[in-house]
Parts: sequence; structure tokens; C-alpha cells
Amino acid sequence: MKLITAVVKPFRLDEVKDALKSAGVAGITVTEVQGFGRQAGHTEVYRGTEYQVDFVPKARIELVVDDDDVANLVSVITEAAKTGKIGDGKIWVTSVDSLLRIRTGEQGPDAV
Amino acid sequence: MEGNTAWVLVSAALVLFMTPGLALFYGGMDRSRNVLNMLLMNFWCLLIIPVLWVAFGYSLAQAPFENSLIGGFDNAFLKDMTITGEDGGFGLLVVAFLGMFAVITPALISGAVADRMKFSAWAIFAPVWMLLVFVPVFKWVYGGWLYERGSLDFAGGTAIHVNAGIAALACVYVLGKRKGWPKEGQPPHNMPMVMLGTGILWLGWFGFNAGSALAANGTAIQAFMNTFLAAAAAGLAWAVVERIRDGHFTNLGAASGIVAGLVAITPGAGFVAGMSPIWIGLIAGVICCYAVGLKSKIGYDDALDVVGVHFVGGLVGSLLIGFFSDPDFFGTDVMAGIFYGGGAKLLVEQAIANGATIVYSFAVTFALMLILKATIGVRVDEEVEVGGLDQALHAETAYNN
Repeated sequence: MKLITAVVKPFRLDEVKDALKSAGVAGITVTEVQGFGRQAGHTEVYRGTEYQVDFVPKARIELVVDDDDVANLVSVITEAAKTGKIGDGKIWVTSVDSLLRIRTGEQGPDAV
Repeated sequence: MEGNTAWVLVSAALVLFMTPGLALFYGGMDRSRNVLNMLLMNFWCLLIIPVLWVAFGYSLAQAPFENSLIGGFDNAFLKDMTITGEDGGFGLLVVAFLGMFAVITPALISGAVADRMKFSAWAIFAPVWMLLVFVPVFKWVYGGWLYERGSLDFAGGTAIHVNAGIAALACVYVLGKRKGWPKEGQPPHNMPMVMLGTGILWLGWFGFNAGSALAANGTAIQAFMNTFLAAAAAGLAWAVVERIRDGHFTNLGAASGIVAGLVAITPGAGFVAGMSPIWIGLIAGVICCYAVGLKSKIGYDDALDVVGVHFVGGLVGSLLIGFFSDPDFFGTDVMAGIFYGGGAKLLVEQAIANGATIVYSFAVTFALMLILKATIGVRVDEEVEVGGLDQALHAETAYNN
């Protein structure tokens, strides 16, 4: 089992969610996050005074999947989230030691 | 008479609404961890000032009318006040109407001391300041020695905005700068709240200015029109300056300009007509837009620009009466401005009235703040300042999610 974590532009979130659903994914977890990368922040001006805003809002999507589905789902997310402009985000994959569905007690790949 | 009474009753309610409006205007500009403290500083004035106003404030500010420095205790605790007064006029209605002004004047100062003043110190400062500073200056301008000299202040440019604005400057000098200012950015936390507050202020200002005619008459109509036009012109001017200078039309620029225009037309609302309110608004909008930048150059931490908007706007508007006053239009016998054949005499009187107000208000406010600082202290601990005033001082949080 793998954990796919994707940090994407918030306005692409709906597209990513729909694409994952179409690909057969049963559930995802979404968090509003902020941070900086190459896109860096931006400047806001209030009453003539400049304020540097260092952190950019992003959406973080997390889903645990079977090893066999990783490559396909990463490309599904990439396609849905991509705008070609700086700040599109990143996707990383980590190994998951164990997984348990609380309601049924199912464990491992059965709980995906 | 009934029509006049109806209009002043409505106006009084409109002016009351300005203090919650001001609270939102300031609160939105403040940081999310201090917004409730800002709101309560304003609402505190709505709690304590009305009580003090009927106890001593009104009497000291008004009665007896002949006194030129300060009133007396003739009407203290509403003694001898009847509903319509001896002349069948407004009586209690004037006490209520002027009481709304007494509420908002100290509230204006709260924007300068944002983010760092102890609430206990503010709780004492606001009512004491109302009695020691607002009341005497009000007396001088409306019936006292400045009035007798011929200076003009229709609805409170000198008595309210210059007075509170310069007091705000005195407060921040005693209080000191916020931690991190001016290096750390402290942008507004809720701009829609600022815009809503601006709208409420503009609405309420029709009562403030047109209601100050104390009658449903032609002067009220002209004051209404002036309030409409000056705010728009000043908002336009500020927004355009920012577009040219900084590159964008901004909400805060529009809102700040509207308020600056409202402040600037306040002293002249019943003395100028025609295109004058547009000129006054445009001039005030441009000057105030640059004036808010002074704090970082000179180094006083006036958090939400009370000095730049209220002091500067009030002073500019008051001095401009010296140019634009048009008594023939209103059929009154006040002095005419330079553009209407009156020469510089009125301008000199406007300068004297504002000069006296600035000196008195700054000195007494500075002394009052020093006394508070030496006794109960005026500033919160650094830990409270960093962690937020809402939780530490009020055990409340504005946004739970």
C-alpha cells in the first residue's frame, strides 16, 4: 500500500477530485494548507504600505491506494492539476505499513 | 416643529449607528486576534458615555449658554430638563442628539491605540477624556469663546475630528509602538467588514451632518447633498491616487477616501454649496492619502490611521471653510470665505480655533495618558500582545473553526 500526497492549486481541486472518482478511487482526504515553493508569495498594498505575503494557499490531497494503482493515479492527478504555470504543486508517494477500516476491522489492502 | 422633531429624532438614531459602523471599519482593519478588543473599545463608549453624558457631560458642554469656557451643573442629572424645553423646542432631544456625538468622539481614538492598549486603561480613558477634553472643546466651539470670535464648525470638524485625531497622536506617543512595527506587516484581516463599516458610517453621517441643522430645512438639504458629494469625491481622489502611485484600485483606498471626505465636509456641511463639496472632497482625499504615510516617516505608530484620516481630514476641511464659506447662499450672517468676498478673516479664525483645540487636546490627553501609565499601566504584556488581546483580555475568540 502507498500513500499518495498531492499539493495542488486550490482552483484545480474539483477537477482532481472528479478525475480520481472517474478512475475508481473510493475516498480522499483534503486539507487547506499554505506554503511556499518557486511560486513564492506576493505583495499586497494597503494605504500605500507594502506587505509581503510569503505563503500561498494550496490544497493537499491524500489517498491510500494499492501498489498497482499508484502509477495510474499519479498521472490522473498530474493531468487534472496541471496548468503549465509556476505553482502547480507536487505529488509524492510514501509506503504505508498498515491500514485498518474502523467500522469493519478489515486490515491491509482489503481496507483500501 | 413636528417635522423638525421627526428629522432630528431620526438623525440621532443615525449618529448612534455610526459607532458600531466605526467598530466594524476599525475591526476589519485590525488583526483577527484583536478584532473583538477593537469592537469592544468602541461599544464601551456606547455603554459608559450616555450615562456620563446625562449626569455631567451635557450640562458642562452646554449650560449655561453664556459661559465661554465651560458650562456648569445647571442641568446635571437632567435637572430642570423638560421634554420640549422652555421654548417649546427640542429639550431632551438635543441632549440625546449631542450625546451620540459624545459617544463616537472618544471611540474614534480607539483605532490609533489598537493591538496593545490595556482594556482597563481604555475603560477609564474614554469617559475621562470625554469629560476633560471633548466637553470643554465642544463648549468653546459651540457657544464659547471660539464661537464668539466667529469661527465655524457645522457638525464637528474641529470639536470632534481634529480634537480626537490629535488626541490619538498624544495617546500613541505615550503608548509606544506595537511590537515589530513598522518592519512586520499587519494587513487588514477582513476587508468586507471594513467596507460594511464604511457604508454604515456614510449612512450615519447623513444624520451627523444634515441632522446638525437641527431642523428639516434648506440647510439640512444642502448639508445632505454636501455629505453625499464630498464622500464620493474624496473616495474617487484617494482611489485614483493609489491607482497611479501603487498600481491598483483598492477597497481600502476607496473606503479610506470616503471616510476622509465625510470628515472633511463635516465642519463646512452647512456653510458651503454648489461644487464646493466636490472640491473639498477631492482636496481632502488626495491630502489624506499622502498623510497616512507620515506615520512611518516620522515614527508614530497610529495603527489604523486616526491621525492621517480624522485629524488631517478635519483640519483640511475646517481650513477650507475659510475659502468656500458662502453665507449669502444660506442667508446667514456668518463670515464669508476668501472665494466669496470675505477676505482672509475667516481663515484666520479657523486656524485659531483649530490651533487652540490642538494645543489643549494634545496637552490634556498626553497628561491623562501619563497618569494612567504611572498608575494602572496603559500597555498589555508582550505575551498578551503577541498571543492576541481577545483571548487574554476578554476570554473570547472571534472566529472558531
